[in-house]
Amino acid sequence: MSKKLNLTLHVWRQKGPKSSGGFVKYPAQGIDDHMSFLEMLDVVNEGLIEKGEEPIAFDHDCREGICGSCGVMINGMAHGPRKATTTCQLHMRVFSDGDEIWVEPWRAAAFPVVKDLVVDRGALDRIVQSGGYVSVRTGSAPDANNLAVPKTDADLAMDAAQCIGCGACVAACPNASASLFTSAKIGHLALLPQGAPEREDRVRRMVAQHDAELFGSCTQHGECEAACPKEISINFIARMNADFIKTAITATTDLKPREGTE
Amino acid sequence: MELRSNVPTGPIEKRWEKHRFDLKLVNPANRRKHTVIVVGTGLAGGAASATLGELGYNVHAFYYQDSPRRAHSIAAQGGINAAKNYQNDGDSIYRLFYDTVKGGDFRARESNVYRLAEVSANIIDQCTAQGVPFAREYSGLLDNRSFGGAQVSRTFYARGQTGQQLLLGAYQALERQVNAGTVTTHGRHEMLDLIVIDGVARGIVTRNLVTGEIRAWLADCVVLASGGYGNVFYLSTNAKGCNTTATWRAHRLGAAFANPCYTQIHPTCIPVAGDYQSKLTLMSESLRNDGRVWVPKNAADATKDPRTIPEADRDYYLERRYPAFGNLVPRDIASRAAKKSCDEGRGVGPAVDGERRGVYLDFADSIKRLGKSKIAERYGNLFEMYERIAGENPYETPMRIYPASHYTMGGLWVDYNLMTTIPGLFAAGEANFSDHGANRLGASALMQGLADGYFVLPSTLAGYLAGFKAPKVADDHPEVKAAVGRVTERLKKLTSAPKPSRTPDSFHKELGRLVWDECGMSRTADGLKKALARIPALREEFWNGVRVTGSGEEFNQTLEKAGRVADFLELGELMCIDALNREESAGGHFREEHQTEDGEARRNDEEFSYVAAWEHTGNLSQPKLNKEPLTFEYVKPSNRSYK
Repeated sequence: MSKKLNLTLHVWRQKGPKSSGGFVKYPAQGIDDHMSFLEMLDVVNEGLIEKGEEPIAFDHDCREGICGSCGVMINGMAHGPRKATTTCQLHMRVFSDGDEIWVEPWRAAAFPVVKDLVVDRGALDRIVQSGGYVSVRTGSAPDANNLAVPKTDADLAMDAAQCIGCGACVAACPNASASLFTSAKIGHLALLPQGAPEREDRVRRMVAQHDAELFGSCTQHGECEAACPKEISINFIARMNADFIKTAITATTDLKPREGTE
Repeated sequence: MELRSNVPTGPIEKRWEKHRFDLKLVNPANRRKHTVIVVGTGLAGGAASATLGELGYNVHAFYYQDSPRRAHSIAAQGGINAAKNYQNDGDSIYRLFYDTVKGGDFRARESNVYRLAEVSANIIDQCTAQGVPFAREYSGLLDNRSFGGAQVSRTFYARGQTGQQLLLGAYQALERQVNAGTVTTHGRHEMLDLIVIDGVARGIVTRNLVTGEIRAWLADCVVLASGGYGNVFYLSTNAKGCNTTATWRAHRLGAAFANPCYTQIHPTCIPVAGDYQSKLTLMSESLRNDGRVWVPKNAADATKDPRTIPEADRDYYLERRYPAFGNLVPRDIASRAAKKSCDEGRGVGPAVDGERRGVYLDFADSIKRLGKSKIAERYGNLFEMYERIAGENPYETPMRIYPASHYTMGGLWVDYNLMTTIPGLFAAGEANFSDHGANRLGASALMQGLADGYFVLPSTLAGYLAGFKAPKVADDHPEVKAAVGRVTERLKKLTSAPKPSRTPDSFHKELGRLVWDECGMSRTADGLKKALARIPALREEFWNGVRVTGSGEEFNQTLEKAGRVADFLELGELMCIDALNREESAGGHFREEHQTEDGEARRNDEEFSYVAAWEHTGNLSQPKLNKEPLTFEYVKPSNRSYK
């Protein structure tokens, strides 16, 4: 039922953030085409450890496409050639015997390399810290059905909320912009009445943080949408921009740092 | 060791309220003087950190992933139960309580379960207010579905990604507190030991996974919300990094480990495809609503194209053995039946290590009856996921499924306050043993994690901290130095085995296979004894021959793995000891010696209506058993029957 593939990998190896890196060639022989891409890397790594060589470092955890830990550039494509698929869910049957595969970390000034294929995506957490939430105190919530939300709004909010924070949008973007990520959170909360009180403030804070993290601006290439494993639409970027422009006219206060929650 | 459950008395519906009133409070101005360490940022840890931070405590949250949003709660698909009775179909707190106690096969504490059912409704309110996009009806109000055999529709859901949305809600609440300065996060930090001073938990030792730095963190109390131990089986539906290190290190320092043999096996996972398999993927149980489970009647047909096997040669074994529930029998029963068919040599799919471990889940009849578009509407995303992984189209050829380890009901023993047997050390979520007894019902793991984090711990922790009088300690305290020393020593041993020859994964696979075979879906005294004879030897081979490349002073994923495997090698033995001790079948624990004539589980309430809380003695093969008797004042134990 399964086929065996003999492949040649060119993998980016880099000791740490300060060191320079480069591609190293590894043969990957007898790879079962039912393996996932990460299982193929596991097999290569087991072989390296047995030889006493350092295995290739890569981030991964759930291996079912939802935690957002994994993600590498495969032949120049974020998460590889299959649409709507994270690296862990990419299976080797998309490759052919004899293929050469180039594997690199996400490349963006805001994502420094930690080691080999592992990058630091802390900038995405800091964007959320700047305002990607509803400031509701635990225990103070009214009954969940006190507020009706049109099903179409809830469904569209869910489309945006599916973002797994993997960073593929940044890696795919020629400007290394995190606009798709940022707009997905802004869009999710803006579509719900629970997010309304902080809507204006949220878009200003999150966009400011996005820019402070050295992410580039969106110039509508659409690469992010094409790479997104959850198929988040760039319409959310348009919605974010509309909200942001609106605040330039309607904002009633200056953007001041928020203090505590008291 | 004395097990004091601290369960309040009085009418069950008043116990939590009364207890909360009796607990001492910490004045808002004093809260920031208390430092709280939380290990893990899943539903329990994330919710606890956010809430404690909001209350004003000085919280430090630790997680091994790069972001708190990646904890494995994120992978839960189905939903979260709550006794809202929005459907007017007769649900109530009492009914959710009743279903959970019964579903747990009468091996959980009634008071804890009642509290869980009681706060379930608050969870839905809280999450909705945070902006969790739960599924809604056209009225704009929240939708529910039925789940896991419950007779009411009480499950709230967000498509097939409920865990993700609930976790992102908790994560955002947590990041809000980071912004407010009350919570400090420590990503890519793994807890490798606990600091206990004068019998009280006072901190943890971590390894910075990027730099390799080992350091101590001191606090007034420590919360472990570090998840379950299902990865002891190597192959499970857990994330690759899920591990028992935090809970196991605490156990070694005096925290009792309760009911480790209670593990849940989920019947509908994608089968193992080859020896390179790194994890198993769960397919939602809802598939059993429209799929029919079968294997060929004759082992000789196992390799045939299933579509060419005539009806007369198929064995729809669930429909045959359980005519009333058919394909919808509970998880444990469906899992064991699949194993039995494969043990008989009638399993299907590719042979791995010479065995075919898979059964068909066939949608052909449903497609004929309802049409392909209806099936696509119900299960389209699951079919697509299956196709992506297995490379077969389930609209045309039957899916292949097999059970996999999914959840662990056992965990650190905790009292009603979620405090372990080490004062000042709390355990929440899957890391504790408290609410699910011997078997967990669908859509209740998320409920428990959030109940513990948002509502229980914030009250009970205050009760503890209000009476906290231990002196301040610093890094130079002998116990702190000793803990750091233990960690450093152990890491050194891991990187310098005398005869390095095997990778950490190869040991993990061997242990996993052994524990899966002898302490998985069904267990026998002989098999458990066999495992107990092998595990200590395997542990010795590990310390003698594990090969870890690189050093401890850098980013080193092989070293991380090795440390986790070392702890699984110890926990696996305790699981088998517990399973051997429990001479009965209850929930996820099925002892072949204890079954009825027609192969159903037989509980022994006379002798085993207790929580087995194991105490570390210094000898891993001889832990001490402490028993917490279970009494049932409200739900009288009865036999589960699904015939």
